[in-house]
Amino acid sequence: MSPISRGFRGRRRAPAGQEGRLPPGQYLTEDFPVLSAGPTPHTPLADWTFSITQGGATEQSWSWQEFRAVPSEDVTADIHCVTRWSKFDTRWRGVSVDTLLDQAGQDAPYVLAFCDGGYTTNLPIEDVTGGKAWVAFDYDGQPLEPEHGGPARLLVPHLYFWKSAKWVRGLALRDHDAPGFWETYGYHMYGDPWKEQRYAGD
Amino acid sequence: MERTAVRGRLTWQAATVTGLTPETAAVVTITLDPPDWPGHQAGQHLDVRLTAEDGYVAERSYSIASAPGEPLAITVERLEDGEVSPYLTEELRAGDQLELRGPIGGYFVWKPADASPLTLLAGGSGIVPLRAILRDRLRTGSDVPARLLYSARTLPDVIYRDELGQHHDGVAVSYTLTRAQPPGWAGHTGRIDASLLADAAWPATAKPLAYVCGPTSFVETAAAGLVGLGYPPDRVKTERFGATGGH
Repeated sequence: MSPISRGFRGRRRAPAGQEGRLPPGQYLTEDFPVLSAGPTPHTPLADWTFSITQGGATEQSWSWQEFRAVPSEDVTADIHCVTRWSKFDTRWRGVSVDTLLDQAGQDAPYVLAFCDGGYTTNLPIEDVTGGKAWVAFDYDGQPLEPEHGGPARLLVPHLYFWKSAKWVRGLALRDHDAPGFWETYGYHMYGDPWKEQRYAGD
Repeated sequence: MERTAVRGRLTWQAATVTGLTPETAAVVTITLDPPDWPGHQAGQHLDVRLTAEDGYVAERSYSIASAPGEPLAITVERLEDGEVSPYLTEELRAGDQLELRGPIGGYFVWKPADASPLTLLAGGSGIVPLRAILRDRLRTGSDVPARLLYSARTLPDVIYRDELGQHHDGVAVSYTLTRAQPPGWAGHTGRIDASLLADAAWPATAKPLAYVCGPTSFVETAAAGLVGLGYPPDRVKTERFGATGGH
């Protein structure tokens, strides 16, 4: 049982009627804060590819032009950052990871998303298939800004937003789960905001 | 990539507030006595949790301001539209209990054994983890040379000004004041840009390690500027806080 913080009342409670949309420990923001561990990469679109790899071999790779020719869809989702901000009804356009995996014709129990700048994050395959994850390239009707992960980022809105890897360049299919970047530094392997899985052991 | 993970569960504990020290009109350093602190590295942060009488909870992360081995401290800037920072800077009193857990984060950390020259770039309260690095450097007798460039709105907004002025051997501190300067100001003025960075940061040939902390616009400019000076991206560690919607 937490001790009461004398005199604390709280000023950022969820809007009336929307309490159920805000996971525990989160507050609602209208902004779109930026968090990343290093400089923002700027890969020219001419050099950009998205790859599905398995066992070190590239099974399928798309150039930017090829990737943008893959059918895409609009997605509206609430997003939740482990640093405690949540943002409702964010609007994206992206390619479903189902579509990309179907085209690659591969399967495995886990994926490791890999990115420009060396960032990685790990996810179970069930969390990036079944209409739950996208490789997003538009935000709010505009090309995704580099500081928010452009030209393309993973979008996995049902998990804490560090799983929605910025500057994503591919998915490595894996037989075993292994920690990515933040997971190595003590963040949770799965990251369910509704269970408040912020750090290892939560 | 280093494998220095924080392992095991981070449990909440009620620390006793042992002191509050005003740093500027909007910034307070809070010293804390947690019952079971496992130790930390310079650059890490901790989580604070406040609980209202009706059970409503608010949590935020704060950079640790103290060096490893010193009494635990955080330095908090009051944000006008904030929820937790006004409480910590205005309501909290010595002797109160404050729930926290940590330390958290293993990437934006400095290890005293690292021999690389340090380029430290701070925007506003982004100075806090960099101050912990400088204190750790001093405490451990590290002789790595350090250059700190600190961007603040005005001179009265500079946090730890006296302390930063007391670093001598091997530490060069420079300031840029972006909004207003006192009469006779001899430091830099305006927001950081490529020429100011070229002047204040180690050249890439010195094989420096850079730590950049501040609001997003500052960090974007500073990190891109260092890469432009030839710093490999993996030698530029960044930590950001939203200037809005933050603490």
